[in-house]
Amino acid sequence: MSTAEYEDVSMMEADLAMTAATSARTEMETRDVSVWFGKRKVLEGVNIAFPKNTVTALIGPSGCGKSTFIRTLNRLHELIPTAALAGEVLYEGNDIYSPEVDPVHIRLKIGMVFQKPNPFPSMTIRGNVLSGLKLSGMKRPNHDDIVEQTLTAAGLWNEVKDRLNNAAGDLSGGQQQRLVIARSLAVNPSVLLMDEPCSALDPGSTLKIEETIRELSRDITIIIVTHNMQQAVRVADNTAFFLATDGNPGHVVEQGPTTEIFGNPQDQRTLDYVNGRFG
Amino acid sequence: MADVGAPELRDLQSAATSHRGDRVFNRTITAAAFVALLVLAGITIFLGAQAIPVLQTQGMDFLTTSIWDPPNYGIWGMLYGSLLLAVIALVIAVPASLLLSVFMVFLAPSGVAKVLTNLVDLMAAIPSVILGLWAFYVLAPVSEQWQQLLNQYLGWIPIFQNESGNFSGTPFTAGFVLAIMMIPIVTSVTREVLGRTPPELINASEALGCSLWTMLRYVALPYGRGGLVGGVMLGLGRALGETIAVFFVIKIAFDPVNYYNIIESGGGSVATLIVSKFGEASGPYETQLLLAAGFFLFMGTLAVNVIANLIVNRTGRLQS
Repeated sequence: MSTAEYEDVSMMEADLAMTAATSARTEMETRDVSVWFGKRKVLEGVNIAFPKNTVTALIGPSGCGKSTFIRTLNRLHELIPTAALAGEVLYEGNDIYSPEVDPVHIRLKIGMVFQKPNPFPSMTIRGNVLSGLKLSGMKRPNHDDIVEQTLTAAGLWNEVKDRLNNAAGDLSGGQQQRLVIARSLAVNPSVLLMDEPCSALDPGSTLKIEETIRELSRDITIIIVTHNMQQAVRVADNTAFFLATDGNPGHVVEQGPTTEIFGNPQDQRTLDYVNGRFG
Repeated sequence: MADVGAPELRDLQSAATSHRGDRVFNRTITAAAFVALLVLAGITIFLGAQAIPVLQTQGMDFLTTSIWDPPNYGIWGMLYGSLLLAVIALVIAVPASLLLSVFMVFLAPSGVAKVLTNLVDLMAAIPSVILGLWAFYVLAPVSEQWQQLLNQYLGWIPIFQNESGNFSGTPFTAGFVLAIMMIPIVTSVTREVLGRTPPELINASEALGCSLWTMLRYVALPYGRGGLVGGVMLGLGRALGETIAVFFVIKIAFDPVNYYNIIESGGGSVATLIVSKFGEASGPYETQLLLAAGFFLFMGTLAVNVIANLIVNRTGRLQS
């Protein structure tokens, strides 16, 4: 892979300039996405647009396909041997599943944070932040600056700046999760996928991560799966409600601005879910 | 409270308060563990007792010279040979085992992986005398051809030099047989270890766009380092101690010691020395010499294990 593909500093400036002009520009979009594991269809006809530099929450009861859906957005889904997919996932207007697209490039532009904090235990804090560069062979200059910038963006810099060469495993769960966020940012993604990033964390750490999400959304697009309704209200501009009933594949029941989904839902099932009557 | 003295401590740990069945079970287990230790201590003492008179009569020459010609005996060549054969076997078996286990854990469909696992485990069950016979009749002739090719094309590397033109009974062939015996042991451990790479770490590396190779290099191998070295040590233990299979294919040579010409005829190991001389030992003294040789082999194996443990337990070097 050539380094030219990662020459994105000037691109980012151009993006920022454009954001001012077209604030509602769509960064990612799914068109009629259906997903199978083997013969079992788990998601049907999902159409969601993710406007640039916004936070979108995906909510819904367990087993409704939210996590599966988010894994289709950076082509992690295809790493499961029986996985199949129909429809299109557009990133900057181009289908990420078209044959000429390199999945590695997609995964670098569309980063991901998982439910359980997963720093690499054999690496230092600094090593973890830079691991994406090492693992993907991506070249970016000024590693010290990247470490400081990304850890600052993840709200962890002040806590770890004096012990960057300590083991990442010594950090608390919340700190590890913020380290993992810094790690995803180090490869300079424009989208960050978060699959229940706070479900393994205490309330204090959750709050810090939520602040980080709000901060980050000024520069990147965030898509977050959450079981915590209050969290969706606190961080998300838009919300999509997923539901799977009685063995049918999951689908989007309702989507729109978070204030609408929680304040004035159009569908009875959404109303019941956001008010905690099921799920 | 009126009571200002130290509170009376309750009895929590004594046998009187614990469950009786547990107590019996715990003591049985402890006794069994001690039996294992006793056996080990017994062997060490017995062998050590044979080694002392030998060192008294032969002096340190027993360890530093290479000769088996009454009244002079020295096992240096055989001790060194044990190590040389083990190294050759490691160089062949470790990469092969790692590749095999990476394939089974990360690449093969689960059905194929299961069949392979069983096959590899079966390999471990082949008696070494059978492997030795196979090596003698099948492997050794083929191996001579390989060695000629190695000599022809890589002869400029010192280890592949051969002056005599005789490619039979070489350390290479013996090491190769040992490698075949090590592969199932090392593979079954490395497969377990790699299979326990936490899925969330694999997820993390996939999401960072890394290939299988970089995931192995930076994530799975460092994570499983301790277990992987342990597996290699287990295999090494077999290589150092294996007797019969090597005996079939190596030509025992005391002098000159074959230090590095691994495709030159002649070599040996302590274990093959013992098996080759034991039946025709000229008397109790020669038997004692062989037992003393066994003692030093045992010490050598122990030293290798201790060193390996030190390597594993050394505080892990973190990647920065």
